[in-house]
Amino acid sequence: MRAKTADKIATSIIIAVAALIVLVLAGLLGYILYRGLGHISFHFLTSAPETIRKGGGIGPQLFNSVFLLVLTMLITVPIGLGAGIYMSEYAPANRITNFIRLIVEVLSSVPSIIVGLFGLLVLVNLFGFGFSLFSGALALTVFNLPLMVRITEQGLKGVPREQKEASLALGLSKWKTITSVMLPISLPVVLTGTILAAGRVFGEAAALLFTAGMSSPRLDFTDWNPFSPFSPLNPFRPAETLAVHIWKINSEGLAPDAAEIAAGASAVLVITVLLFNFGARWLGRYMYRKFTAIK
Amino acid sequence: MNSIIEINDLDLFYGDFHALKHVNMEIPEKAITAFIGPSGCGKSTLLRTFNRMNDMIAGTRIEGSVEIAGTDIYSDEVDVETLRKRVGMVFQQPNPFPKSIYDNIAYGPRLHGITDRKKLDEIVETSLRSAALWNEVKDHLKRSAFSISGGQQQRLCIARALAVEPDILLMDEATSALDPISTLKIEELAQELKDRYTIVMVTHNMHQAARVSQQTVFFLNGEVVEYSETERLFSNPTDQRTEDYISGRFG
Repeated sequence: MRAKTADKIATSIIIAVAALIVLVLAGLLGYILYRGLGHISFHFLTSAPETIRKGGGIGPQLFNSVFLLVLTMLITVPIGLGAGIYMSEYAPANRITNFIRLIVEVLSSVPSIIVGLFGLLVLVNLFGFGFSLFSGALALTVFNLPLMVRITEQGLKGVPREQKEASLALGLSKWKTITSVMLPISLPVVLTGTILAAGRVFGEAAALLFTAGMSSPRLDFTDWNPFSPFSPLNPFRPAETLAVHIWKINSEGLAPDAAEIAAGASAVLVITVLLFNFGARWLGRYMYRKFTAIK
Repeated sequence: MNSIIEINDLDLFYGDFHALKHVNMEIPEKAITAFIGPSGCGKSTLLRTFNRMNDMIAGTRIEGSVEIAGTDIYSDEVDVETLRKRVGMVFQQPNPFPKSIYDNIAYGPRLHGITDRKKLDEIVETSLRSAALWNEVKDHLKRSAFSISGGQQQRLCIARALAVEPDILLMDEATSALDPISTLKIEELAQELKDRYTIVMVTHNMHQAARVSQQTVFFLNGEVVEYSETERLFSNPTDQRTEDYISGRFG
Protein backbone atom coordinates (compact mmCIF):
# COMPACT_ATOMS: atom_id res chain seq x y z
CA MET A 1 0.00 0.00 0.00
CA ARG A 2 2.75 2.43 0.99
CA ALA A 3 4.81 1.58 -2.07
CA LYS A 4 1.78 2.19 -4.23
CA THR A 5 1.14 5.57 -2.65
CA ALA A 6 4.77 6.57 -3.08
CA ASP A 7 4.59 5.47 -6.69
CA LYS A 8 1.46 7.55 -7.25
CA ILE A 9 3.00 10.63 -5.66
CA ALA A 10 6.22 10.26 -7.67
CA THR A 11 4.28 9.80 -10.89
CA SER A 12 2.16 12.88 -10.29
CA ILE A 13 5.20 14.98 -9.43
CA ILE A 14 6.98 13.87 -12.59
CA ILE A 15 3.90 14.63 -14.69
CA ALA A 16 3.53 18.02 -13.01
CA VAL A 17 7.16 18.91 -13.70
CA ALA A 18 6.89 17.79 -17.31
CA ALA A 19 3.67 19.81 -17.72
CA LEU A 20 5.34 22.84 -16.18
CA ILE A 21 8.22 22.62 -18.64
CA VAL A 22 5.86 22.30 -21.57
CA LEU A 23 3.78 25.22 -20.27
CA VAL A 24 6.80 27.48 -19.85
CA LEU A 25 8.01 26.60 -23.31
CA ALA A 26 4.60 27.04 -24.91
CA GLY A 27 4.10 30.32 -23.06
CA LEU A 28 7.47 31.64 -24.14
CA LEU A 29 7.01 30.64 -27.76
CA GLY A 30 3.44 31.89 -27.77
CA TYR A 31 4.40 35.26 -26.32
CA ILE A 32 7.29 35.77 -28.74
CA LEU A 33 5.13 34.85 -31.70
CA TYR A 34 2.15 36.87 -30.43
CA ARG A 35 4.25 40.01 -30.10
CA GLY A 36 6.29 39.56 -33.25
CA LEU A 37 4.15 37.88 -35.89
CA GLY A 38 2.15 41.01 -36.63
CA HIS A 39 5.28 42.85 -37.61
CA ILE A 40 6.60 40.30 -40.06
CA SER A 41 6.10 41.12 -43.68
CA PHE A 42 7.97 40.51 -46.88
CA HIS A 43 9.33 44.03 -46.67
CA PHE A 44 10.51 43.44 -43.09
CA LEU A 45 12.33 40.24 -44.07
CA THR A 46 14.10 41.66 -47.08
CA SER A 47 14.91 45.31 -46.51
CA ALA A 48 17.89 46.82 -44.72
CA PRO A 49 17.52 48.29 -41.22
CA GLU A 50 17.00 52.03 -40.65
CA THR A 51 18.94 53.85 -37.96
CA ILE A 52 16.59 56.65 -36.98
CA ARG A 53 13.58 56.36 -39.24
CA LYS A 54 10.62 54.02 -39.01
CA GLY A 55 10.13 50.95 -41.15
CA GLY A 56 13.55 49.28 -41.13
CA GLY A 57 13.90 45.56 -41.93
CA ILE A 58 16.21 42.72 -41.02
CA GLY A 59 17.18 41.39 -44.46
CA PRO A 60 20.97 41.49 -44.14
CA GLN A 61 20.86 40.19 -40.55
CA LEU A 62 18.75 37.21 -41.54
CA PHE A 63 21.09 36.45 -44.39
CA ASN A 64 24.13 36.87 -42.11
CA SER A 65 22.71 34.43 -39.56
CA VAL A 66 22.11 31.77 -42.19
CA PHE A 67 25.46 32.34 -43.85
CA LEU A 68 27.28 32.24 -40.53
CA LEU A 69 25.50 29.01 -39.71
CA VAL A 70 26.70 27.44 -42.95
CA LEU A 71 30.25 28.68 -42.46
CA THR A 72 30.41 27.49 -38.87
CA MET A 73 29.06 24.06 -39.71
CA LEU A 74 31.50 23.76 -42.60
CA ILE A 75 34.31 24.16 -40.08
CA THR A 76 32.75 22.40 -37.10
CA VAL A 77 31.34 19.24 -38.67
CA PRO A 78 34.51 17.88 -40.31
CA ILE A 79 36.72 18.65 -37.32
CA GLY A 80 34.12 17.44 -34.84
CA LEU A 81 33.49 14.21 -36.73
CA GLY A 82 37.20 13.59 -37.14
CA ALA A 83 37.95 14.19 -33.48
CA GLY A 84 34.93 12.14 -32.39
CA ILE A 85 35.98 9.23 -34.58
CA TYR A 86 39.49 9.44 -33.18
CA MET A 87 38.30 9.54 -29.59
CA SER A 88 35.92 6.65 -30.05
CA GLU A 89 37.86 4.31 -32.32
CA TYR A 90 41.54 5.14 -32.40
CA ALA A 91 42.57 6.78 -29.14
CA PRO A 92 44.15 4.27 -26.76
CA ALA A 93 42.42 3.96 -23.41
CA ASN A 94 44.94 5.79 -21.26
CA ARG A 95 45.43 8.94 -19.22
CA ILE A 96 46.17 11.19 -22.16
CA THR A 97 42.90 10.25 -23.81
CA ASN A 98 41.01 10.87 -20.58
CA PHE A 99 42.79 14.20 -20.27
CA ILE A 100 41.70 15.19 -23.78
CA ARG A 101 38.16 14.19 -22.88
CA LEU A 102 38.33 16.39 -19.78
CA ILE A 103 39.64 19.33 -21.80
CA VAL A 104 36.76 18.91 -24.25
CA GLU A 105 34.29 19.00 -21.35
CA VAL A 106 35.91 22.10 -19.91
CA LEU A 107 35.88 23.79 -23.28
CA SER A 108 32.14 23.28 -23.54
CA SER A 109 31.53 25.12 -20.29
CA VAL A 110 33.54 28.24 -21.11
CA PRO A 111 31.12 31.21 -21.03
CA SER A 112 30.42 32.52 -24.49
CA ILE A 113 31.45 36.07 -23.67
CA ILE A 114 34.91 34.70 -22.83
CA VAL A 115 34.99 32.90 -26.15
CA GLY A 116 34.07 36.24 -27.72
CA LEU A 117 36.91 38.04 -25.97
CA PHE A 118 39.31 35.29 -26.93
CA GLY A 119 38.11 35.69 -30.50
CA LEU A 120 38.68 39.43 -30.35
CA LEU A 121 42.21 39.10 -29.01
CA VAL A 122 43.39 36.13 -31.04
CA LEU A 123 41.32 35.91 -34.21
CA VAL A 124 40.42 39.54 -34.83
CA ASN A 125 43.59 41.24 -33.65
CA LEU A 126 46.46 38.75 -33.51
CA PHE A 127 45.62 36.82 -36.67
CA GLY A 128 44.22 39.93 -38.29
CA PHE A 129 40.98 38.40 -39.56
CA GLY A 130 39.24 41.59 -38.41
CA PHE A 131 35.55 41.77 -37.47
CA SER A 132 34.36 39.23 -39.96
CA LEU A 133 32.08 36.30 -40.53
CA PHE A 134 35.17 34.11 -40.59
CA SER A 135 36.27 35.23 -37.11
CA GLY A 136 32.71 34.71 -35.91
CA ALA A 137 32.55 31.22 -37.41
CA LEU A 138 35.85 30.25 -35.77
CA ALA A 139 34.72 31.59 -32.40
CA LEU A 140 31.48 29.63 -32.64
CA THR A 141 33.45 26.57 -33.66
CA VAL A 142 35.34 26.84 -30.37
CA PHE A 143 32.25 26.18 -28.35
CA ASN A 144 30.44 23.98 -30.77
CA LEU A 145 33.31 21.55 -31.19
CA PRO A 146 33.03 19.94 -27.74
CA LEU A 147 29.38 19.15 -28.34
CA MET A 148 30.11 17.76 -31.79
CA VAL A 149 33.05 15.65 -30.59
CA ARG A 150 31.15 14.24 -27.64
CA ILE A 151 28.06 13.43 -29.65
CA THR A 152 30.05 11.74 -32.41
CA GLU A 153 31.96 9.71 -29.85
CA GLN A 154 28.75 8.68 -28.11
CA GLY A 155 27.11 7.82 -31.41
CA LEU A 156 29.96 5.55 -32.47
CA LYS A 157 30.27 3.95 -29.04
CA GLY A 158 26.57 3.14 -29.27
CA VAL A 159 27.00 1.02 -32.40
CA PRO A 160 26.53 -2.63 -31.38
CA ARG A 161 29.83 -4.48 -31.21
CA GLU A 162 28.36 -7.28 -33.31
CA GLN A 163 27.84 -4.93 -36.24
CA LYS A 164 31.38 -3.69 -36.07
CA GLU A 165 32.78 -7.21 -35.78
CA ALA A 166 30.67 -8.41 -38.69
CA SER A 167 32.22 -5.81 -40.94
CA LEU A 168 35.77 -6.42 -39.74
CA ALA A 169 35.30 -10.17 -40.14
CA LEU A 170 34.48 -9.61 -43.81
CA GLY A 171 37.99 -8.25 -44.22
CA LEU A 172 37.01 -4.59 -44.28
CA SER A 173 39.49 -2.13 -42.89
CA LYS A 174 38.72 -0.20 -39.74
CA TRP A 175 38.23 3.01 -41.71
CA LYS A 176 35.80 1.41 -44.16
CA THR A 177 33.96 -0.17 -41.27
CA ILE A 178 33.61 3.22 -39.61
CA THR A 179 32.47 5.05 -42.72
CA SER A 180 30.12 2.48 -44.19
CA VAL A 181 28.65 0.70 -41.17
CA MET A 182 29.21 2.65 -38.00
CA LEU A 183 28.56 6.20 -39.14
CA PRO A 184 25.29 5.36 -40.92
CA ILE A 185 24.09 3.53 -37.81
CA SER A 186 25.02 6.43 -35.55
CA LEU A 187 23.66 9.03 -37.96
CA PRO A 188 20.55 9.93 -35.92
CA VAL A 189 22.66 10.63 -32.84
CA VAL A 190 25.29 12.60 -34.76
CA LEU A 191 22.60 14.54 -36.54
CA THR A 192 20.89 15.51 -33.30
CA GLY A 193 24.21 16.86 -32.10
CA THR A 194 24.67 18.80 -35.30
CA ILE A 195 21.21 20.34 -34.96
CA LEU A 196 21.91 21.35 -31.36
CA ALA A 197 25.19 22.92 -32.43
CA ALA A 198 23.48 24.72 -35.28
CA GLY A 199 20.77 26.02 -32.98
CA ARG A 200 23.43 27.54 -30.77
CA VAL A 201 24.97 29.32 -33.75
CA PHE A 202 21.63 30.90 -34.52
CA GLY A 203 20.95 32.04 -31.02
CA GLU A 204 24.43 33.12 -30.04
CA ALA A 205 25.10 36.83 -29.56
CA ALA A 206 27.76 37.30 -26.88
CA ALA A 207 30.54 35.47 -28.71
CA LEU A 208 29.76 37.33 -31.92
CA LEU A 209 29.76 40.90 -30.59
CA PHE A 210 33.54 41.04 -30.66
CA THR A 211 34.21 38.70 -33.56
CA ALA A 212 31.64 39.02 -36.34
CA GLY A 213 30.99 42.62 -35.28
CA MET A 214 27.88 44.71 -34.73
CA SER A 215 27.55 46.27 -38.14
CA SER A 216 26.97 45.16 -41.67
CA PRO A 217 28.36 46.95 -44.68
CA ARG A 218 25.81 48.00 -47.28
CA LEU A 219 25.38 44.64 -48.92
CA ASP A 220 24.93 44.47 -52.65
CA PHE A 221 22.69 41.46 -53.24
CA THR A 222 23.48 41.49 -56.93
CA ASP A 223 27.18 40.92 -56.39
CA TRP A 224 27.86 37.25 -55.67
CA ASN A 225 31.63 37.35 -56.03
CA PRO A 226 32.89 36.16 -52.63
CA PHE A 227 35.98 38.35 -52.88
CA SER A 228 34.20 41.62 -53.42
CA PRO A 229 33.91 43.67 -50.18
CA PHE A 230 30.17 44.34 -50.57
CA SER A 231 29.22 40.87 -51.66
CA PRO A 232 26.99 39.04 -49.19
CA LEU A 233 29.12 35.93 -49.75
CA ASN A 234 32.39 37.53 -48.68
CA PRO A 235 33.39 35.71 -45.48
CA PHE A 236 35.85 38.43 -44.49
CA ARG A 237 33.32 41.22 -44.10
CA PRO A 238 31.80 42.26 -40.78
CA ALA A 239 28.37 40.82 -40.23
CA GLU A 240 25.73 41.52 -37.65
CA THR A 241 23.55 38.46 -37.10
CA LEU A 242 19.92 38.42 -36.16
CA ALA A 243 20.57 37.65 -32.50
CA VAL A 244 23.14 40.45 -32.25
CA HIS A 245 20.74 42.79 -34.01
CA ILE A 246 18.00 42.04 -31.50
CA TRP A 247 20.37 42.77 -28.66
CA LYS A 248 21.61 46.00 -30.24
CA ILE A 249 18.21 47.36 -31.14
CA ASN A 250 16.89 46.63 -27.66
CA SER A 251 19.78 48.34 -25.94
CA GLU A 252 20.56 51.25 -28.19
CA GLY A 253 18.00 51.34 -31.00
CA LEU A 254 17.08 54.88 -32.07
CA ALA A 255 14.34 54.06 -34.55
CA PRO A 256 10.86 54.90 -33.24
CA ASP A 257 9.66 51.36 -33.94
CA ALA A 258 12.67 49.66 -32.25
CA ALA A 259 10.50 47.61 -29.93
CA GLU A 260 8.37 46.23 -32.77
CA ILE A 261 11.45 45.45 -34.83
CA ALA A 262 13.00 43.58 -31.92
CA ALA A 263 9.77 41.62 -31.40
CA GLY A 264 9.48 40.84 -35.11
CA ALA A 265 13.13 39.81 -35.33
CA SER A 266 12.74 37.55 -32.29
CA ALA A 267 9.78 35.84 -33.87
CA VAL A 268 11.72 35.36 -37.11
CA LEU A 269 14.65 33.92 -35.15
CA VAL A 270 12.46 31.45 -33.30
CA ILE A 271 10.62 30.41 -36.45
CA THR A 272 13.87 29.94 -38.37
CA VAL A 273 15.34 27.78 -35.63
CA LEU A 274 12.18 25.67 -35.53
CA LEU A 275 12.10 25.29 -39.30
CA PHE A 276 15.75 24.37 -39.30
CA ASN A 277 15.21 21.76 -36.61
CA PHE A 278 12.30 20.11 -38.36
CA GLY A 279 14.07 20.26 -41.69
CA ALA A 280 17.23 18.68 -40.32
CA ARG A 281 15.27 15.97 -38.55
CA TRP A 282 13.35 15.16 -41.69
CA LEU A 283 16.58 15.03 -43.68
CA GLY A 284 18.13 12.81 -41.02
CA ARG A 285 15.25 10.35 -41.10
CA TYR A 286 15.34 10.32 -44.87
CA MET A 287 19.08 9.63 -44.94
CA TYR A 288 18.83 7.02 -42.20
CA ARG A 289 16.13 5.20 -44.14
CA LYS A 290 18.13 5.40 -47.32
CA PHE A 291 21.24 4.01 -45.66
CA THR A 292 19.54 1.36 -43.61
CA ALA A 293 16.51 0.35 -45.69
CA ILE A 294 14.40 0.52 -42.53
CA LYS A 295 10.87 1.60 -43.26
CA MET B 1 42.29 -35.71 -45.63
CA ASN B 2 44.57 -32.70 -46.11
CA SER B 3 44.81 -30.32 -43.25
CA ILE B 4 44.36 -26.63 -43.98
CA ILE B 5 44.91 -25.16 -40.51
CA GLU B 6 47.87 -26.23 -38.40
CA ILE B 7 48.30 -25.05 -34.86
CA ASN B 8 51.67 -25.49 -33.21
CA ASP B 9 52.31 -24.94 -29.50
CA LEU B 10 49.82 -22.11 -29.30
CA ASP B 11 49.53 -20.18 -26.07
CA LEU B 12 47.22 -17.22 -25.71
CA PHE B 13 47.02 -14.77 -22.83
CA TYR B 14 44.46 -12.10 -22.07
CA GLY B 15 46.63 -9.97 -19.80
CA ASP B 16 47.51 -12.39 -17.01
CA PHE B 17 44.87 -14.93 -17.89
CA HIS B 18 46.24 -17.97 -19.71
CA ALA B 19 43.33 -18.64 -22.04
CA LEU B 20 44.84 -21.26 -24.34
CA LYS B 21 47.51 -23.66 -23.19
CA HIS B 22 49.85 -25.35 -25.57
CA VAL B 23 47.39 -26.16 -28.29
CA ASN B 24 48.49 -28.48 -31.08
CA MET B 25 46.02 -29.45 -33.73
CA GLU B 26 45.34 -29.93 -37.40
CA ILE B 27 42.06 -29.05 -39.04
CA PRO B 28 41.12 -30.98 -42.17
CA GLU B 29 40.18 -29.25 -45.39
CA LYS B 30 36.60 -29.34 -46.74
CA ALA B 31 35.10 -30.93 -43.67
CA ILE B 32 33.34 -29.82 -40.53
CA THR B 33 35.33 -29.64 -37.34
CA ALA B 34 33.42 -29.02 -34.13
CA PHE B 35 34.84 -27.46 -30.95
CA ILE B 36 33.02 -28.58 -27.82
CA GLY B 37 33.55 -27.98 -24.12
CA PRO B 38 32.06 -26.10 -21.19
CA SER B 39 31.77 -22.30 -21.12
CA GLY B 40 35.05 -20.49 -20.78
CA CYS B 41 37.13 -23.45 -21.95
CA GLY B 42 38.78 -21.50 -24.77
CA LYS B 43 36.95 -22.90 -27.78
CA SER B 44 35.71 -19.53 -29.03
CA THR B 45 39.07 -17.97 -28.28
CA LEU B 46 40.83 -20.51 -30.49
CA LEU B 47 38.25 -20.00 -33.23
CA ARG B 48 38.87 -16.26 -33.11
CA THR B 49 42.60 -16.72 -33.56
CA PHE B 50 41.92 -18.11 -37.05
CA ASN B 51 40.72 -14.74 -38.36
CA ARG B 52 42.62 -12.73 -35.77
CA MET B 53 39.50 -11.23 -34.22
CA ASN B 54 41.30 -11.46 -30.89
CA ASP B 55 43.57 -8.67 -32.11
CA MET B 56 40.85 -6.21 -31.17
CA ILE B 57 41.04 -7.11 -27.50
CA ALA B 58 43.70 -5.07 -25.75
CA GLY B 59 46.27 -7.08 -23.85
CA THR B 60 46.05 -10.23 -25.97
CA ARG B 61 49.36 -12.00 -26.39
CA ILE B 62 50.12 -15.00 -28.52
CA GLU B 63 52.95 -17.53 -28.57
CA GLY B 64 53.37 -20.39 -31.02
CA SER B 65 51.96 -20.42 -34.51
CA VAL B 66 48.74 -20.78 -36.44
CA GLU B 67 49.34 -21.75 -40.05
CA ILE B 68 46.66 -21.55 -42.69
CA ALA B 69 47.60 -23.27 -45.95
CA GLY B 70 51.23 -23.16 -44.88
CA THR B 71 51.45 -19.49 -43.90
CA ASP B 72 51.82 -18.36 -40.31
CA ILE B 73 48.97 -15.88 -40.01
CA TYR B 74 50.61 -14.10 -37.09
CA SER B 75 53.76 -13.27 -39.03
CA ASP B 76 54.39 -9.65 -39.97
CA GLU B 77 53.88 -10.09 -43.70
CA VAL B 78 50.29 -11.23 -43.28
CA ASP B 79 47.67 -8.61 -44.02
CA VAL B 80 44.79 -9.08 -41.59
CA GLU B 81 42.20 -7.85 -44.06
CA THR B 82 43.28 -10.35 -46.72
CA LEU B 83 43.25 -13.07 -44.09
CA ARG B 84 39.71 -12.19 -43.02
CA LYS B 85 38.55 -12.28 -46.60
CA ARG B 86 39.75 -15.88 -46.76
CA VAL B 87 38.40 -16.82 -43.35
CA GLY B 88 34.76 -15.85 -43.01
CA MET B 89 32.87 -15.79 -39.75
CA VAL B 90 29.32 -16.24 -38.55
CA PHE B 91 28.51 -15.02 -35.06
CA GLN B 92 26.39 -16.23 -32.18
CA GLN B 93 23.69 -13.61 -32.64
CA PRO B 94 22.48 -12.96 -36.16
CA ASN B 95 24.07 -9.59 -36.87
CA PRO B 96 22.94 -8.32 -40.26
CA PHE B 97 23.70 -4.70 -40.98
CA PRO B 98 20.79 -2.28 -40.81
CA LYS B 99 20.69 -2.24 -44.59
CA SER B 100 18.62 -4.02 -47.21
CA ILE B 101 19.02 -7.74 -47.78
CA TYR B 102 20.75 -7.00 -51.05
CA ASP B 103 23.13 -4.46 -49.55
CA ASN B 104 24.05 -6.82 -46.73
CA ILE B 105 25.43 -9.32 -49.23
CA ALA B 106 26.87 -6.74 -51.61
CA TYR B 107 28.58 -4.86 -48.79
CA GLY B 108 31.76 -6.92 -48.69
CA PRO B 109 32.30 -7.33 -52.45
CA ARG B 110 31.49 -3.66 -53.03
CA LEU B 111 34.03 -2.40 -50.55
CA HIS B 112 36.55 -4.85 -51.91
CA GLY B 113 36.25 -3.06 -55.21
CA ILE B 114 33.48 -4.71 -57.23
CA THR B 115 31.20 -2.00 -58.62
CA ASP B 116 29.71 -3.65 -61.69
CA ARG B 117 26.00 -3.95 -61.08
CA LYS B 118 25.57 -7.21 -62.99
CA LYS B 119 28.46 -8.83 -61.21
CA LEU B 120 27.04 -7.75 -57.85
CA ASP B 121 23.60 -9.10 -58.73
CA GLU B 122 25.25 -12.37 -59.59
CA ILE B 123 27.21 -12.52 -56.34
CA VAL B 124 24.09 -11.74 -54.32
CA GLU B 125 22.11 -14.49 -56.03
CA THR B 126 24.87 -17.09 -55.79
CA SER B 127 25.56 -16.32 -52.14
CA LEU B 128 21.89 -16.42 -51.20
CA ARG B 129 21.47 -19.69 -53.09
CA SER B 130 24.50 -21.16 -51.32
CA ALA B 131 22.96 -20.15 -48.01
CA ALA B 132 19.62 -21.72 -49.01
CA LEU B 133 17.85 -18.40 -48.64
CA TRP B 134 17.33 -17.29 -52.23
CA ASN B 135 13.83 -18.69 -52.67
CA GLU B 136 12.60 -17.08 -49.48
CA VAL B 137 13.89 -13.57 -50.14
CA LYS B 138 14.35 -13.19 -53.89
CA ASP B 139 11.19 -11.10 -54.26
CA HIS B 140 12.09 -8.54 -51.63
CA LEU B 141 15.81 -8.01 -51.77
CA LYS B 142 15.33 -4.31 -51.15
CA ARG B 143 13.65 -4.86 -47.82
CA SER B 144 15.45 -4.33 -44.56
CA ALA B 145 17.44 -7.31 -43.33
CA PHE B 146 15.63 -6.87 -40.01
CA SER B 147 12.31 -7.73 -41.64
CA ILE B 148 13.12 -11.45 -41.90
CA SER B 149 13.14 -14.02 -39.10
CA GLY B 150 16.12 -14.73 -36.85
CA GLY B 151 16.90 -17.99 -38.61
CA GLN B 152 16.73 -16.30 -41.99
CA GLN B 153 18.92 -13.50 -40.69
CA GLN B 154 21.52 -16.03 -39.64
CA ARG B 155 21.49 -17.60 -43.11
CA LEU B 156 21.77 -14.09 -44.50
CA CYS B 157 24.88 -13.65 -42.40
CA ILE B 158 26.26 -16.89 -43.81
CA ALA B 159 25.50 -15.64 -47.33
CA ARG B 160 27.19 -12.35 -46.50
CA ALA B 161 30.30 -14.23 -45.38
CA LEU B 162 30.25 -16.41 -48.51
CA ALA B 163 29.97 -13.36 -50.77
CA VAL B 164 33.62 -12.47 -50.27
CA GLU B 165 34.59 -16.01 -51.32
CA PRO B 166 36.34 -17.39 -48.28
CA ASP B 167 38.00 -20.81 -48.07
CA ILE B 168 37.20 -21.28 -44.43
CA LEU B 169 33.99 -20.53 -42.57
CA LEU B 170 34.05 -20.09 -38.82
CA MET B 171 30.76 -20.52 -36.96
CA ASP B 172 30.82 -19.25 -33.41
CA GLU B 173 27.82 -20.94 -31.76
CA ALA B 174 25.90 -19.85 -34.80
CA THR B 175 22.72 -21.64 -33.83
CA SER B 176 22.56 -20.99 -30.11
CA ALA B 177 20.17 -18.05 -30.50
CA LEU B 178 17.86 -19.90 -32.91
CA ASP B 179 14.82 -22.11 -32.59
CA PRO B 180 15.15 -25.86 -33.31
CA ILE B 181 13.80 -25.67 -36.86
CA SER B 182 16.11 -22.82 -37.84
CA THR B 183 18.95 -24.70 -36.17
CA LEU B 184 18.22 -27.76 -38.24
CA LYS B 185 18.25 -25.68 -41.42
CA ILE B 186 21.64 -24.22 -40.57
CA GLU B 187 22.98 -27.70 -39.82
CA GLU B 188 21.75 -28.97 -43.19
CA LEU B 189 23.28 -25.96 -44.81
CA ALA B 190 26.62 -26.65 -43.14
CA GLN B 191 26.47 -30.20 -44.51
CA GLU B 192 26.03 -28.87 -48.02
CA LEU B 193 28.72 -26.25 -47.67
CA LYS B 194 31.39 -28.60 -46.39
CA ASP B 195 32.06 -29.90 -49.91
CA ARG B 196 33.30 -26.46 -50.90
CA TYR B 197 34.43 -24.88 -47.65
CA THR B 198 36.32 -25.85 -44.56
CA ILE B 199 33.97 -25.28 -41.65
CA VAL B 200 35.00 -24.89 -38.04
CA MET B 201 32.14 -24.57 -35.61
CA VAL B 202 32.04 -23.86 -31.93
CA THR B 203 29.02 -25.41 -30.35
CA HIS B 204 27.57 -25.63 -26.92
CA ASN B 205 25.51 -28.54 -28.02
CA MET B 206 27.24 -31.92 -28.07
CA HIS B 207 24.45 -33.47 -30.07
CA GLN B 208 24.99 -30.90 -32.76
CA ALA B 209 28.67 -31.76 -32.91
CA ALA B 210 27.79 -35.45 -33.16
CA ARG B 211 25.18 -34.80 -35.87
CA VAL B 212 27.12 -32.60 -38.24
CA SER B 213 30.87 -32.76 -37.75
CA GLN B 214 33.52 -35.10 -39.08
CA GLN B 215 36.09 -34.16 -36.48
CA THR B 216 35.49 -33.07 -32.90
CA VAL B 217 37.80 -31.31 -30.50
CA PHE B 218 37.11 -31.32 -26.77
CA PHE B 219 38.41 -28.36 -24.74
CA LEU B 220 38.73 -27.98 -21.02
CA ASN B 221 40.23 -25.03 -19.14
CA GLY B 222 42.13 -23.76 -22.17
CA GLU B 223 43.56 -27.14 -23.08
CA VAL B 224 42.71 -29.48 -25.91
CA VAL B 225 41.90 -32.65 -24.06
CA GLU B 226 41.18 -34.80 -27.06
CA TYR B 227 40.53 -34.54 -30.74
CA SER B 228 39.66 -37.19 -33.24
CA GLU B 229 37.03 -38.28 -35.72
CA THR B 230 33.64 -37.39 -34.34
CA GLU B 231 32.34 -40.94 -34.25
CA ARG B 232 35.31 -42.21 -32.37
CA LEU B 233 35.35 -39.34 -29.90
CA PHE B 234 31.74 -39.91 -28.95
CA SER B 235 31.72 -43.70 -28.99
CA ASN B 236 35.16 -44.42 -27.67
CA PRO B 237 36.85 -41.46 -25.97
CA THR B 238 40.38 -42.12 -24.77
CA ASP B 239 40.43 -39.53 -21.98
CA GLN B 240 38.38 -39.95 -18.83
CA ARG B 241 37.47 -36.23 -18.82
CA THR B 242 36.06 -36.47 -22.33
CA GLU B 243 33.95 -39.40 -21.30
CA ASP B 244 32.70 -37.55 -18.24
CA TYR B 245 31.76 -34.54 -20.33
CA ILE B 246 30.00 -36.32 -23.15
CA SER B 247 28.12 -38.55 -20.77
CA GLY B 248 26.84 -35.40 -19.08
CA ARG B 249 28.65 -35.71 -15.76
CA PHE B 250 29.66 -32.02 -15.86
CA GLY B 251 29.51 -28.96 -18.10
